[in-house]
Amino acid sequence: MADELLLTVNGEMRRIAAGSTIADLVASLGLDPRKVAVEHNAQIAPRSTLGDVALDDGDVLEIVHFVGGG
Amino acid sequence: MTETTADTWTVAGRTFTSRLIVGTGKYKDFEQNAAAVAASGAEIVTVAVRRVNVSDPKAPMLTDYIDPKKITYLPNTAGCFTADDAIRTLRLAREAGGWDLVKLEVLGEARTLYPDMRETLKATEVLAKEGFLPMVYCVDDPIAARQLEEAGAVAIMPLGAPIGSGLGIQNKVTVRLIVEGAKVPVLVDAGVGTASEAAVAMELGCDGVLMNTAIAEAKDPIRMARAMKLAVEAGRDAYLAGRMQTRRYADPSSPLAGLI
Repeated sequence: MADELLLTVNGEMRRIAAGSTIADLVASLGLDPRKVAVEHNAQIAPRSTLGDVALDDGDVLEIVHFVGGG
Repeated sequence: MTETTADTWTVAGRTFTSRLIVGTGKYKDFEQNAAAVAASGAEIVTVAVRRVNVSDPKAPMLTDYIDPKKITYLPNTAGCFTADDAIRTLRLAREAGGWDLVKLEVLGEARTLYPDMRETLKATEVLAKEGFLPMVYCVDDPIAARQLEEAGAVAIMPLGAPIGSGLGIQNKVTVRLIVEGAKVPVLVDAGVGTASEAAVAMELGCDGVLMNTAIAEAKDPIRMARAMKLAVEAGRDAYLAGRMQTRRYADPSSPLAGLI
């Protein structure tokens, strides 16, 4: 198993240590998990489970929040 | 006034006093946006769902300026051109915000931002089945409005004119027909440019008005926000008061008897 996983986060390639969870990723990006929502391989990742979901090489994540809009 | 109880409106079991919903786009900065929301008296603001900037996670966020505990955030699907994109966006919005009341808009083309009703109807059905409470942006068509209501829309939001155009309410007849036929709240969404046009929407019997650009692009957005608040209240009162009948010719207001 590789030491690092290669992920696509909001359309950009990112590396993270093998064995990381979604919560680890969110924390490593400096984001407050209470203010964002995460989609993991096209499925919603409920906030309560972010610490339980291990990431795999090649995973695609979208991390969104609320911005101004009409 | 004959009215003794507060004039409120209710959407999907939630009751609000303000009939003005404002957007949070196009403002100079968050401070101006927050001040305009305060001046408007709005209890609901629309917000968009977008990727976080992963290269600058400490950038200020809307939630730092407009408190979602005090003001209801209504997540929208602006920029979505298919039912699938809109549904995906709102699933994320529900996870981000934790509530089911959402604004659905599925657009047909970039030039007019006119709604695609086939996709809008499809998305409304799916969202309602998933437990969402969709307030739906739509064409000013009473039949389309009825179909949306049957599909589970909790509010019907016909355009007055294209989004961001400020052209005012182009089709008063169809907006009135939608109001007459709907069992859920009707709000004019898009097209209002100035205060008199917000009053027109309310005089037609709408339950509320949703706007963004008319306030954000005014020279003084905070003053315009206040003007819109007053216009919506004035239009609502005029609707409840029941306007006079029009006449073809003059009718003097002073008595004819006793003239010297």
